[in-house]
Amino acid sequence: MPDPRLELRGVTKSFDDAQVLKGIDMTIGQGEMVCLIGASGSGKSTLLRCMNGLEPVDDGAVLLDGLDIAEPGFDLAPIRQRIGIVFQSFNLFPHMTAFDNVCLAPRRVLGETDSALHPRVEALFERFGLGSHMHKYPDQLSGGQQQRVAVIRALAMTPQTMLFDEITSALDPELVGEVLDVLRALRDEGMTMVLATHEMGFARELADRVCFMDQGVIAEEGPPEAIFSNPKRDRTRKFLASILR
Amino acid sequence: MAARSHRRSTDQVSTRRAAYEARQRRRANVIAGVSTFGVLALLLVLVPLAPGWQAVKASFFDGEVFLRTFPGLLQAFVLDVAIFAWSVPLIFALGLAIALARGARNPALFPLRIFGAVYVDLFRGIPVVLLVYLVGFGIPGLGLPRPWNSPYIWGTVALVLTYSAYVAEVLRSGIESIHASQRNAAICLGLSERDTMRYVILPQAIRRVVPANMNMLVALQKDVALLSFIGPVEILRQAGIFKSLLANFTPYVAAAIIFLCVTVPATRYADYLLNKDRNARS
Amino acid sequence: MKTILTAAILTITATAALADGHCAAGKTLTDGTLTIATGNPAYYPWVIDDAPDSKQGFEAAVAYALAGEMGFADEAVTWVRTSFDEAIQPGAKNFDINMQQFSITAERDKVVDFSAPYYTAPQAVLTTVEVAEGGAKPTLESLKGLKWGVVASTTALPIVMETIAPDQSPLVYDDNANVTAAIKAGQIDAALFDLPTALFTSAVLLDNGMVLGQFDPEAAENPDQFGMLMTEGNPLKACVDEALTALSDSGKLAEIEAEWLQEATGVPLIK
Repeated sequence: MPDPRLELRGVTKSFDDAQVLKGIDMTIGQGEMVCLIGASGSGKSTLLRCMNGLEPVDDGAVLLDGLDIAEPGFDLAPIRQRIGIVFQSFNLFPHMTAFDNVCLAPRRVLGETDSALHPRVEALFERFGLGSHMHKYPDQLSGGQQQRVAVIRALAMTPQTMLFDEITSALDPELVGEVLDVLRALRDEGMTMVLATHEMGFARELADRVCFMDQGVIAEEGPPEAIFSNPKRDRTRKFLASILR
Repeated sequence: MAARSHRRSTDQVSTRRAAYEARQRRRANVIAGVSTFGVLALLLVLVPLAPGWQAVKASFFDGEVFLRTFPGLLQAFVLDVAIFAWSVPLIFALGLAIALARGARNPALFPLRIFGAVYVDLFRGIPVVLLVYLVGFGIPGLGLPRPWNSPYIWGTVALVLTYSAYVAEVLRSGIESIHASQRNAAICLGLSERDTMRYVILPQAIRRVVPANMNMLVALQKDVALLSFIGPVEILRQAGIFKSLLANFTPYVAAAIIFLCVTVPATRYADYLLNKDRNARS
Repeated sequence: MKTILTAAILTITATAALADGHCAAGKTLTDGTLTIATGNPAYYPWVIDDAPDSKQGFEAAVAYALAGEMGFADEAVTWVRTSFDEAIQPGAKNFDINMQQFSITAERDKVVDFSAPYYTAPQAVLTTVEVAEGGAKPTLESLKGLKWGVVASTTALPIVMETIAPDQSPLVYDDNANVTAAIKAGQIDAALFDLPTALFTSAVLLDNGMVLGQFDPEAAENPDQFGMLMTEGNPLKACVDEALTALSDSGKLAEIEAEWLQEATGVPLIK
């Protein structure tokens, strides 16, 4: 197994009285693609948000390249550029063009100058087939295009790890494909990725490992073939039956 | 297929639906015209029949007085516009500072938050006129030398104090109306709190509160006249002087017309901007 | 209950008193009662302590003398309060006569009626000791250089603008209190008031006030004369004028004036 990029040890998280994560242990290796599956409310999104410190964890450790970012008081700003996240609802900045959305963070956080940044960003847009849409505002783009811009925006910070939070769930069915193609391309170039997803076909085809989450714990994990064809746990079987029907 | 035929119906007037809608529109226009004309005619006929009309007409609508006083009023209005013009940037700068102070999360800045809250409560709670008197006479009364005791300076300060409190609240509501996901997205990209506010939250918040702020500016343009209480001869005062000299209220009507000439286009322009913005984004 | 009864009895007596052919009979708002309006509040020395029914103060004293001359008992005088604007607005009024130092002007006379003048007030220059020590003198030349403040609704404004014609445009205020505040704040050097008001303000309201000089009321083209204000075409005007003439002829008016608005000694004429 390659060096762990991200390691979770006994992570718990509660909102008010509800415990959403009940002790998660997980290791994600360099270049690995892990898919989190499970019913809505099983804790997938929360788990992703704990991985980059957007949600502070109650207990346990989150080691990113060996640094415990769950340490209370840890300054997260410097590590944000190492771990990107893309959300279900895109969350593009509506008052900026797609291009400016992408340029903002490299310019302000990395201090890149326009002369270095612009060619790099233009290349990213071209690569994901959005070269002719760079200077449009988000509401002039389709959902699939907006989500691709969101991915580009995260990639522009040159992260080593990417988190994807159900990024195709808000899209019309005919637009899902173009976004999954982007993920496929990222996987091919060896990006370390964690996805919360409902796209079972995609998970089965591309994931190195699938984790089934249920009621705040990882109920079962393993290679996609094992999880989808031969689930060991009753809960996993029930979930798959309900979703693949 | 269905979508295409629908599009054709809006582009050409040939379909049955389009013809029907055109008929309905013509009919609505005719009804609106007739009813407006009817109401105006009734007003023009009925109002002069009121028993006191002749006296009111002589007091409020004297054409000769109107023509005599209009140029003087217009000249005085220049002062209103000037006070307005130099107040607005100060109001927005201070309003923004107060709004940001109220939203400060850093515990070290807690006193600033308290200050912001007290400021807003205090200056929104005091009627502008009182503040104009208190600041306009009170602070110079402490013994400031000329020209630093000028009623223009301290009257402006009073307007800025009141209106920046309102603007701060409007901006704050704008800031709070921006969904948390926008902040999350910015933070996850590594932007600092400060940059997140400056580049992501504020630009959206300010756009969102343009209509509220335009209403504020229209109100401010009218409240500038309150400075006349502490001496400056702006349009309301000039109208009052003419009224006393001529024992006639027509100068007030003339002043009202001058105000409307500025405030009505201003509000219409704000509506236009809003619609443009809305259309551009949908 | 007792008060109402007393009032009723008084009204009956008063009505009875007017019934025998007095000029004002049937011409007042309430028959048998003379309703007089004053300012809100009313000021020294026109009305002392804002209590006109005490008969203290020049206008209060004139009011009761006038009422007596017209055949109204003291108890038949009712006081109401109005602002300047209310008084000159068209429409019905809640007073028979209104006394609050209304200067008689031709323009105002078109809208309302004025009685014969009951006082001719000279205009006086109110300033501060500091301004006087700074070289201000009771000459038109010297007055030109001062920063002026005046009350908008009085005839003082045209006097300042035309007779003095100051170098800087004057500041204008709603009432005497605001002019006084502006003097205190150092925003203006001088203000033009009628003499009694100037003396009162200088002596009572300002720590460092002084009356620099006064204009000769006779020398002025239009001396400022105070008249009682009535609705346009009020039949009562004839009765009021008749009573005022009688008061003037008998020397009673001059006596009241001497009592409440004593000779302004020590205030030089402005040259």
